Amino acid sequence: MTPVLDIEGLSKGFTLHHLGNRIAAFNDISFKVAAGEFVLLKGSNGAGKSTLLRTLYRSYLPQAGIIRFHSDHGPIDLARAADIDITHLRRTEIGFVTQFLQARPRVSAEAIVAEPLRLHGVPAEAALTRARAALATFGVKQDLWKAYPTTFSGGEQQKVNLARALILPQKLLLLDEPTASLDATARAALVSRLAELKAAGTALIGVFHHPGDVEKLIDRVVDLTPEITQTEERMDVDI
Amino acid sequence: MTLTLDAPRIVTTHPLVQVRNVSKSYGPVQALRDVSALAYPGEVLGIVGESGSGKSTLLRMMNLEETPDTGSYTLDLPDVSGNLFDLDRFARRMLCATCIGIVYQNPHLGLLMKHSSSGNVAERLLVAGERSFATLRAKATAALEASEFPLDRLDAPPIELSGGMQQRVQLAKAIALEPALLLLDEPTTGLDVSVQALVLDTLKRLQQERRITMVIVSHDLGVIRTLADRVMVMRGGAVVEAGLTDQIFQDPQHAYTQQLVHAKL
Repeated sequence: MTPVLDIEGLSKGFTLHHLGNRIAAFNDISFKVAAGEFVLLKGSNGAGKSTLLRTLYRSYLPQAGIIRFHSDHGPIDLARAADIDITHLRRTEIGFVTQFLQARPRVSAEAIVAEPLRLHGVPAEAALTRARAALATFGVKQDLWKAYPTTFSGGEQQKVNLARALILPQKLLLLDEPTASLDATARAALVSRLAELKAAGTALIGVFHHPGDVEKLIDRVVDLTPEITQTEERMDVDI
Repeated sequence: MTLTLDAPRIVTTHPLVQVRNVSKSYGPVQALRDVSALAYPGEVLGIVGESGSGKSTLLRMMNLEETPDTGSYTLDLPDVSGNLFDLDRFARRMLCATCIGIVYQNPHLGLLMKHSSSGNVAERLLVAGERSFATLRAKATAALEASEFPLDRLDAPPIELSGGMQQRVQLAKAIALEPALLLLDEPTTGLDVSVQALVLDTLKRLQQERRITMVIVSHDLGVIRTLADRVMVMRGGAVVEAGLTDQIFQDPQHAYTQQLVHAKL
């Protein structure tokens, strides 16, 4: 299988200067992900699942370890890559999906969804056509496509966000609870889009509050719970 | 403890802007201490810090309004070479007119308040050598339109305009010659929140359409978060931390940055 990500001995903690202390998030994590593989991150609240995703995306700076990403330009350690390289990879090869839309004033739903395609060089009209199709798939009503999502309800914003985040197939996709509070139509659309991306070779790493939503896609589970003996604290995730 | 980052390996283009080891004192006050800054083509660099942190001084240096005691400044452009701080006044003026645009917090610094708005923009083109009246008018109008200035107010002097409109005239003047570098010094400070959002939106749109490189100085973290790809945090004339915008806001490393980020409403 084509390797996409090799994580070796990754550690992250936070130094809180005003409290004068350090909080450990996770320690010495190692696992690999190949193209077309779906890895579920599991662990109790506070085990560091979201923190790990954000560290892989470099919103958080890791403190030790290697995140070897097999990019189109050859292997690169995301833990140490220059900021400008990270910016480039985020635009072209690594996606991050949350449940929250960063809406901007005066930008329509279809334009916000089309933006990743346009930044990737797709002509404006073709990008808009694909954006509209994606909005339809996620169940956003047609009369909202030209409206500004700043005024949408939380659920509708989330659909716009998913349409945008998943429109450009990427090599690695990080998913931070994208199904939370989604209605059934949108959840089904999300699962089918993830299956499509997976079949096309995208490597996926995800945190899901209800992993049952994506059960059929999961290839492997990585447990972040530091002490496996504390079983009762892992009850929120059943798989 | 954090890891030391590598030099860029995927992006091999040179930074457009390179400021290296700049220090500057005004009498006993050290305004800048060994400050270095980079911006790649098409990138938006945000500089945050409290009053007196040196952020505006650094921006004025990038606009060649001031010369540091030590340090260098280069722009990676055709026909531009060497340390720009070594240029004489005439060469600086030409370079600024053709390659650098600036928007000040205070419109009085950037505009002739009693001349027409289109005249203010055309003046910039005159400095660069344009002489045909029809071309001047057409180019000034196009720049004002791109800045979303209402075209029925072309002949109104800035003194009769609202703060938001004055900033649009400054912006039009700054982009009229399609500069490689756009410098913004607190461009939305003092504007109403709704007007601020519109000006920010215009800046974002210009940046995306023209891939213009921007350096924006603000004490308003919301403005920086909206516009910047990368952020530099300054305090007491020195850079305390620099990184990707989301990393600076979500995982600030330095005690001062943590204080700054947590103070945001």
